Amino acid sequence: MNVPAAWYLVLAALLFGIGAFGLLTRRSALIMFMCIELMLNAVNLTFVTFARTLSDISGQAIVFFVMVVAAAEVTVGLGIVVSVFRRRSSTSVDELSEMKG
Amino acid sequence: MKLVIPSIHYLAILPILIFFGVALALVLASALARGKVPLAVATSSVVLAGVATIVVTYFQWRCVSRSGASTTIAHAIVLDDFSIVASAVIALSVIMTALVAHDWAVRERVSGVEFHILALAASSGALLMTQANDLIVIFLGLEILSIGLYVLVAFDRHRSKSSEAALKYFLLGGFASAIFIYGAALVYGATGSTNLTSISYFLGSNVLLRPGLLYAGGALLLVGFAFKIAAVPFHLWSPDVYEGAPTPVTGLMASIVKVGAFAALLRVLISALGTQLDTWRPILWILIVLTTVVGASVALVQRNVKRMLAYSSINHAGFILLGVWAGTIRGTAATLFYVITYAPIVVATFAIVTLIGGVGDEHHSIERYQGLARRQPWLGGALAILLLSQLGAPLTTGFYAKFAVLASVVDAGGGALALIALISAAIAAFFYLRWAMALYSDDHLDAARVRVPLATGLVIGFGVAVTIVFGVWPGPLATLAQHATVLFTP
Repeated sequence: MNVPAAWYLVLAALLFGIGAFGLLTRRSALIMFMCIELMLNAVNLTFVTFARTLSDISGQAIVFFVMVVAAAEVTVGLGIVVSVFRRRSSTSVDELSEMKG
Repeated sequence: MKLVIPSIHYLAILPILIFFGVALALVLASALARGKVPLAVATSSVVLAGVATIVVTYFQWRCVSRSGASTTIAHAIVLDDFSIVASAVIALSVIMTALVAHDWAVRERVSGVEFHILALAASSGALLMTQANDLIVIFLGLEILSIGLYVLVAFDRHRSKSSEAALKYFLLGGFASAIFIYGAALVYGATGSTNLTSISYFLGSNVLLRPGLLYAGGALLLVGFAFKIAAVPFHLWSPDVYEGAPTPVTGLMASIVKVGAFAALLRVLISALGTQLDTWRPILWILIVLTTVVGASVALVQRNVKRMLAYSSINHAGFILLGVWAGTIRGTAATLFYVITYAPIVVATFAIVTLIGGVGDEHHSIERYQGLARRQPWLGGALAILLLSQLGAPLTTGFYAKFAVLASVVDAGGGALALIALISAAIAAFFYLRWAMALYSDDHLDAARVRVPLATGLVIGFGVAVTIVFGVWPGPLATLAQHATVLFTP
């Protein structure tokens, strides 16, 4: 059975949408962080699908770059979350309200 | 199957190699050395790396004027006059920041070389962005730049504002990057390539029957860029991050992010999507109106100078976008001129803010500046000149920069847009002047004098000198910008 490429694109768009929605509505820094990862993985799915439909290998190669970038972001992001958590014992972004204006 | 290794033109990527190489060498040195590597060693290596890069750009310039612009590494990296000028400006900003950061680190008792390593690594991302000829390379440059800056923003562990700002910057920056790369994926799907030259060729030789995919991709790319340059309505992170970050880092962010992001934006919009000019222009129009007007008006009510400068830089981003909107060679030249004159001014301004902030980097209310020019005429006068230049007063580089972008927009038929931007400049003039007047007020004449360390003094002096010399005599810089606008086009 052959699943049409468009379905993968729709799935990727849905995943991306879920990620973006979660990022804008959830208040825990860790969950927001996971949402960014979800968005990046939706992008990977899009790239692979297009690589298949275009019969072009570069789309698949790009996925590795995106994965490496996502891994690098995790490293730095978790470090920042930990440094905020040490100070406040909470990862909720609602409490990050020292600066206003 | 045979693996073909693309040929590499090493002169083209030498600036990136120098920056990243020196950063790695410093990492190794600090790991291997017994005890700590002295701060002075790190600062001088950064300055040397910057000077070496500027020397390299001279040879690149000669190479390009001899044999023309070229691409290398499977057409992913481009070497043209535009990238050379932008690289030189980034190197200059990094040198200035390193000197300011040196004095800041001595004052705040920050030992270790991590600051300089991160600054070099982040700037290598900005350098990559100026030379990128592929959406994926732009993305990589953007990420190298941003990830380095996330850590730099969180660098001041004694202030909770610093890590708070870093978390905000990280979450919104990651969001923007994800949007950008999704846009790249859609453009790839629509055109079959991520290479800017191939995209432009494809769009020039094909008519898209269903351009929806391309439009969606282009719009997402634009949103990603708008986040990075802090264009309204994607600017909300910028004031908090400017305020929370250590002040030298704020100066670095304001300069190299703008240079890198605008260079990449010009390449994407003009060289890749140039055929779609009529589609992206209206979006940019709205973005510019919002950015210039909101940036200038919200700055009026700020009492914290770092937040005020954040909104002022939003206003500047709107002005720089004007040149992009024009979409002509003249507009590109104006954009480049604006960016290269803005970078040294903003680094020097934040150098003064670093000094006035005092130990702990906490005193940034505008009251601190009252009477500064009466207590210390040189320091206060320097700040007044830098502010006048940001305002766009005649005889400073800011005037010619604003004039050039506005002229290019009027040329391209955007009279109304130019008028709105001009009104926003008038609003912005109010808070620059209020700040400059505060410097000369009679209050707080007995407040403590601020000590100006040598390195920071040099940076401030250089910023003021650039502003005045090229403000009175903009010919050479304008010619340079004119010359450097021949983007690599197929």
